[in-house]
Amino acid sequence: MELINNKDTIQGWGIDRDPKVRPAYPMWNSTENTGSHYTEATIPMQEIKFKELKSIEVPEMTPVFGQTVAPTGLSGLIRKFAFRYGEGSFGHWLPLILADRVNMFEGIASDLLHLRVPNFWKEMGLNSEWKYNRKSFVTKSLVTTVAVAGAVGFFMMLSKDQKKDPV
Amino acid sequence: MLAMEYRGPYRVRVNKDKPMPEILHPSDAIIKVTRSCICGSDLHLYHGLVPDTRVGSTFGHEFTGIVEEIGDDVQNLKVGDRVLVPFNISCGTCVFCKNELYGNCSNANSLSAAVGSIYGYSHTAGGYDGGQSEYVRVPYADVGPYKIPDDVSLEDAVLCTDAYPTGYQAAEMGGIKEGDTVVVFGAGPVGLFAAKSAWFFGAARVIVIDHIDYRLEFAKKFAQCEAYNFKEMDDPVMFLKKTTDYLGPDVAIDAVGAEAAGSAMQTITGLKMKVQAGAATAVQWAINSVKKGGTVSIVGVYGPTANLIPLGNAVNKGLTLRMNQASVKRHLPRLIKHIQDGHIKPSEIITHRIPLAEIAEGYHMFSSKLDNCIKPLLIPPGGENILH
Repeated sequence: MELINNKDTIQGWGIDRDPKVRPAYPMWNSTENTGSHYTEATIPMQEIKFKELKSIEVPEMTPVFGQTVAPTGLSGLIRKFAFRYGEGSFGHWLPLILADRVNMFEGIASDLLHLRVPNFWKEMGLNSEWKYNRKSFVTKSLVTTVAVAGAVGFFMMLSKDQKKDPV
Repeated sequence: MLAMEYRGPYRVRVNKDKPMPEILHPSDAIIKVTRSCICGSDLHLYHGLVPDTRVGSTFGHEFTGIVEEIGDDVQNLKVGDRVLVPFNISCGTCVFCKNELYGNCSNANSLSAAVGSIYGYSHTAGGYDGGQSEYVRVPYADVGPYKIPDDVSLEDAVLCTDAYPTGYQAAEMGGIKEGDTVVVFGAGPVGLFAAKSAWFFGAARVIVIDHIDYRLEFAKKFAQCEAYNFKEMDDPVMFLKKTTDYLGPDVAIDAVGAEAAGSAMQTITGLKMKVQAGAATAVQWAINSVKKGGTVSIVGVYGPTANLIPLGNAVNKGLTLRMNQASVKRHLPRLIKHIQDGHIKPSEIITHRIPLAEIAEGYHMFSSKLDNCIKPLLIPPGGENILH
């Protein structure tokens, strides 16, 4: 509370009070000095390495675009399906989230196909968990192990009972 | 080259053999990265919450570097220039860029009309690789990159690529007048810069709300503000009403975004069930606590579908809601001057300096808030010898 109106002790207090020094004032500012030497009509099109998807709300491919990870495999097919819908539609976004999850499994499969076993411990950065949060990590691991072992045991017993007494 | 690589939710690794980026457009530059950061919004990607985040992508939209190569049309940069690169990719020619809305450029993202384009931030934001790597492709290099003045350190410069301008714009969008009371939800990097910037606009009182004690303690020192833990309150909205004579703060800033804690309903529907685009707890509190006729400024990141927020209350209270991705380029001259004049030292928020090769540990530490982590800085191989 002692900070209230204690202007002299606040570093930089009031240096941007004048709206004229604020970068966005007036909000309808426009500039020709953006640094670009093109006009919209003269921006050349980027080289295409592979066909990337395009939102149906964007009229044409933009002059520059990302060319990093191509939409391939099952996840790629799902992404292509998603891009049939506009950005206001759940039909666009929910399949994309599904595709991301499928893509995760494709990534693991790709690693295995290349004779590489993913190092989950390292990829999840669990050394830092072990270093800084060991007690909680051990507790959570024990609880999870006991819960999983309990569930497996329960289903095994259930399965045995069903074999003994088929209906 | 060495680069971070996304493998799925909560899994990243370094790829030592990622191909070098190429000039694909005459306006491109290739930048050798000298510093990069993990941003709080990278955690939304890391947690698998941003649609169209493809396995194999390299994240990182906060980086500085040295110009390594330029395309034929680049005139404002030369090889060897030291630059900070705003997180927005902007053409400088479209109607949005000419209105200095560099975060809303329409000439760099074919995959979304709603979203501008951002380095290393999913294909929804254009599908570009980011700066958590040794080299990065920078399109429209005459527009975005900003030459780092000799008296500004690399660590201060890298925070001018996103966190500091985003916090500053949050305060600016609040339309703060001398004597105003400002509440900032979130004591992460952007919240810290928003709180600090609120004073620049003449606030009389700045209040930060979070639930992580070490961050609140840091906020008190860094931003010279009041800081409160909402877990120690019955209701943060009532707390803010009571502490402002039941009027509410004049300006409320959401610097939290989609992964907010504090409301079971928001957390379950937004984060567990994913029936809304993240937990909009901070916006809900902002609308409900701010003064009638006041302003809610949103810079927290949310997903693209929809969120549960009390629009009826916003209408009845006559609020102004303002929001955008930060238009970094627009702010840079003023923000750099504030650093040079000694009003702010952004690098004070950096708590961890991590080799790029250990990036998975950096993500986990930041995500789980281990070792009092506030802002992790990544140093590429050889970068430790480059200080300016």
